[in-house]
Amino acid sequence: MEPGTFERLNLFFNIGLPVLALLLAYVAGSLLERRHFSSIRKREEEHFGFPVVTFDRMPPDWEAASSRLVSGSIVISLDYFKRVIAGLRAIVGGRVKTYEPLLERARREALLRMIEAARQDGYDGIYGVRLETSRLANASGDGKGTAGVEMLAFGTAVKFDTRFDSGNRF
Amino acid sequence: MTLGAVSGFTISNTESIPGRRIVEFYGVVTGNTVRAKHIGRDIMAGLKNVVGGELKGYTELLQDSREEATERMILQAQSMGANAVVNVRFATSSISQGAAELFAYGTAVRVE
Repeated sequence: MEPGTFERLNLFFNIGLPVLALLLAYVAGSLLERRHFSSIRKREEEHFGFPVVTFDRMPPDWEAASSRLVSGSIVISLDYFKRVIAGLRAIVGGRVKTYEPLLERARREALLRMIEAARQDGYDGIYGVRLETSRLANASGDGKGTAGVEMLAFGTAVKFDTRFDSGNRF
Repeated sequence: MTLGAVSGFTISNTESIPGRRIVEFYGVVTGNTVRAKHIGRDIMAGLKNVVGGELKGYTELLQDSREEATERMILQAQSMGANAVVNVRFATSSISQGAAELFAYGTAVRVE
């Protein structure tokens, strides 16, 4: 091997590859995030008007025929590029902007999945909705490891008694 | 996803079962499950981790686990003679690297 080749290879593996991975992660991650947000907006429009409330008690004008616990969940992770940025941000402190859209879309997706599960089975509304966030183990701050976050949305879905249906519930 | 879909049994995360009256309380019932990550799923998740987004393998793993914890809670309630569980809560805790406990609890009751 001629002198210099090893150094160049070394340089490529130590700096070139991580930079390439960062670039790929940035491009693909941003694209996926934009697509996810547009899918969320579209589905939220579809379910507009479906009553979902966080009250502990059923709204008084609901007459329940039957009920069931419904849930929706998602495990989501940041792309490599944003994880590195978040890691850097953790040094100086302050607002970690890269995590905000991640948690927002996970939460909205979990809510949508809960609503979709309820509507699929013919339920007319959900009350007592709760949202929970939990971090999966093995998430390290250096951009390595699986940094997954789980969002869980759950609530009590109700089928209205059609005998009392006034036509305008919400 | 529908949790605890056992026929003739109702669960709710609120203090009552809509449209039904509680006639008897049996006390707290719990159900848990501890799951470790599957190595195949972990490798896939590791790859997916580069571009970010949903880790479907994990979403399903946690859904299955939560379903199992809920079923165990219902079994305990049924053994007491209850036909419903109210005020159901869920909790997740990482107990070690790569393993997590999923836990469901609530109050077993009999409704009309």
